[in-house]
Amino acid sequence: MNDPNTTSGSVAEGRPIRVLIAKPGLDGHDRGAKVVARALRDAGMEVVYTGIRQTPEMIAEAALQEDVQVVGLSILSGAHLGLFPRIVEELTQRKIDDVLLFAGGIIPAEDVSQVEALGFKGVFGPGTDTRDVIEFVRENAPRRV
Amino acid sequence: MTSKSKHEWLDTTHKKAVNRFAERRDHFESSSGAELDPLYGPEDLAEWNYHEKLGYPGEYPFTRGVQPTMYRGRLWTMRQYAGFADAAESNKRYKFLLEQGQTGLSVAFDLPTQIGFDSDSEQSIGEVGKVGVAISSLEDMETLTEGIPLEQITTSMTINATAPILLAFYVAAAKKQNADLTKIGGTIQNDILKEYIARGTYIFPPRPSLRLVTDSFAWCKDNLPAWNTISISGYHMREAGCTAAQELAFTFANAIEYVEAAIEADLEFDEFAPRLAFFWACHSNFLEEVAKFRASRRVWARIATERYGSKNPRAQMLRFHTQTGGATLTAQQPLNNLVRTALQAMSAVLGGTQSLHTNSYDEALALPTEEAVELALRTQQMIGHESGVADVIDPLAGSYYIEELTDRVEKEAMAYIDRIQDLGGALTGIEQGFQQREIQESAYRLQQQTETKDRIVVGVNDFITDELEPPSIMRVDPAVEKRRVDDIRALKARRDQEAVDNSLKAIRQAASGTENMMPLLIEAGENYVTVGEICDVLRDEWGEYQEVMTL
Repeated sequence: MNDPNTTSGSVAEGRPIRVLIAKPGLDGHDRGAKVVARALRDAGMEVVYTGIRQTPEMIAEAALQEDVQVVGLSILSGAHLGLFPRIVEELTQRKIDDVLLFAGGIIPAEDVSQVEALGFKGVFGPGTDTRDVIEFVRENAPRRV
Repeated sequence: MTSKSKHEWLDTTHKKAVNRFAERRDHFESSSGAELDPLYGPEDLAEWNYHEKLGYPGEYPFTRGVQPTMYRGRLWTMRQYAGFADAAESNKRYKFLLEQGQTGLSVAFDLPTQIGFDSDSEQSIGEVGKVGVAISSLEDMETLTEGIPLEQITTSMTINATAPILLAFYVAAAKKQNADLTKIGGTIQNDILKEYIARGTYIFPPRPSLRLVTDSFAWCKDNLPAWNTISISGYHMREAGCTAAQELAFTFANAIEYVEAAIEADLEFDEFAPRLAFFWACHSNFLEEVAKFRASRRVWARIATERYGSKNPRAQMLRFHTQTGGATLTAQQPLNNLVRTALQAMSAVLGGTQSLHTNSYDEALALPTEEAVELALRTQQMIGHESGVADVIDPLAGSYYIEELTDRVEKEAMAYIDRIQDLGGALTGIEQGFQQREIQESAYRLQQQTETKDRIVVGVNDFITDELEPPSIMRVDPAVEKRRVDDIRALKARRDQEAVDNSLKAIRQAASGTENMMPLLIEAGENYVTVGEICDVLRDEWGEYQEVMTL
C-alpha cells in the first residue's frame, strides 16, 4: 500500500519530486491518469493533474509553469503516435530537455519502441501496479539540488 | 427435520468448521464493501412480499422483466458497437455484422465527431477514425447507411454533445431513402450529464446542453415516435470505477434531472418517459450484477409512480441496453477475456436486458479485430440458443441471496439518490465535483485491493504466465485521415454556400432564443452544413464547459 508515512523516499532527498500528469488527445478516459496521480501523491510527490483534452502546447506550457521533473502522459484513443512527437517538440521549444517522460493507457506493444525513441523512459499498459510506477519515477526522475 | 435458525447454525455447525479450517478470507464483501453472510435463508426474507417486490413480468414494479414473454417471445437484441475509419469502411463492417445474424446497428463515432470538430479541423489531428467512424456531414451519413434499409433495422448511436446534430443527419438520410419516419427506430445516447461526470465528450455548459436534450425529446415525440431519445447511462461511470449501487444511483439522479428539465419545458412525464432508455455495465461479480439489473427496474418504477405520479405503465418500465465491462478486460492473457465476457453476458441475460454488446477479447490492446468481434457475437448466440437460460423468465427469482441482494442494491442506490437530491440534484453535484470524487474514491479503492491481492484478477496479480506473442491487432489506416480532409474540403467547395450561411444564421438565432433546434439542424444537414460548423456557431453563442478539477 502506498502509505506516505512509510514511503517518504522522495522527501528524504530534500525536495519532493514534482510530476505533471497530463491527458493529451480528445478521449475522456481519465481513470488511470487519476489513479496514478493519486498514487504518486500518496507516495510523497507533488503532482499536478491537467484534466482531459490537453493540446501539446498546453501540456508543455504546464510543464514549464509548474517546473516539474517528470511528465506522465495518459492516452487511450490511439492518437499517441500523432501526438507524442508534437508534445516532445513543444517541450524542446521551451528548452525543457531534462524531464523524465513516461506514458500510460492503450499503447500497443508494437508501438512501444517508437514511443521510446522519442525519449520516453517508461510505457505502462493496463494492469500496471502503481507501486511499479512509483519506483520507476523515484529511480529515474532527474535529481534537483 | 431441523428447526434450527440461521443464527443457531452459524453459531454451531458453521463456527465449528471455521474454527477448524479458516475460510479463504477474513470477510467477503459486495462491490460497495458490504459484508456478505456465508449464506442466506428464509429469515433474511422474513418481511419480504412477493407481490410487492416482484410481481409478474410485464407488470409493476417490473422486477422480473418488462415484457410478459421476455426471451421466450424474442431474444434480446444482439447489438455490437462498431465503427472505425471512414463511413465506407464502417458501412462494410455493419453489413458484415448484419449478415452474421446481428439484429441492430450500434454506431461508434470518432472523438472529433463526438465533440464537434470536422475531420479537417486542427483539433482532429491524429484522432480521425480512431475510436469510431468520422462523420462530418450528411454526405458521410449517407455513405454510412448506404444499402441498409433504415426502416427495417434499429440503430443505436453513441453520441452525446452532438447527438441532436447526428440524429438530424440520420433523419435526413432516412428521408432520402424515402423512409416513413414513424417506422424509424433506434436510440441516441444523448446523455450529456454523465459526460461531465465520467466520459468527457462534453462541449457546451450544462444549461444549453440540457436545452438541446429537451428539444430532441419534444421533436421526436411528434415526428419520430419510435425513437428512444436518450440512453441514460451508468456504463461509463462504472467503467470509471464506481460500484454497482453508485452506478444505479448516479444514473437515476441524472434521469431525474432530465425529467425535471423536460417537465420544465412543458412535456408530460407519461408522454416522453416511454422513450427513455437506460444503459448499464455488466462487470464480473455475477450475482451482484443480476441483482443490480433486477433492482434497477424496481427503482425506476417507483421513481415514476411515487415521484412523478405516472399512470402509464410504459413510462414506468425500465428498458435497458447492457455492455460487458471494458475495464474488466486485461491486456495480460487476452484470451481470458472471452471467458470473462461470457460470464458477464450471462448475468445481463439473467438480469433481463433488452439488448447486449459483448466486448471482444482484444480490446485492452486496441480496437477489436473482425475475428474477435465475431467470437463476441457468437458468445451471445450460445447463451441465447444453447444454454437454456433464456427459456424461462427471470429464472433466479426467489433465491434467498438474489432477493436479499436485489433489495440491498435498491436500498443503497436509493440512499445515494436521496443524498444527491439533498445536494440540490445531479447537476449541482456535478458542479461541486461530488459524483466525480465518489467515483475516484471507488476506483482508487479497487486499485489498492488489486495491488494488495484482496481482489484477484487472473493473469494480472495472480496466475501470471510468461506472455506469448501479443495477438495481431486492428489498426486504422493512417491514410484515412488524409482522405477525410480532402473529401471535406471538396464538399465544402461544391455545396450551395448561400444555403449554408442561411442555415448557420438560423441556428445562431435559435441558440439565443427558445425555438426547437431540431428542424433547423435537419435542414442544415440537408444543406451539407458540417458538424464542426454548427458546433462553432453554438460554441460562440453558448461558450464551452470547463472541467471541474477534483484531484
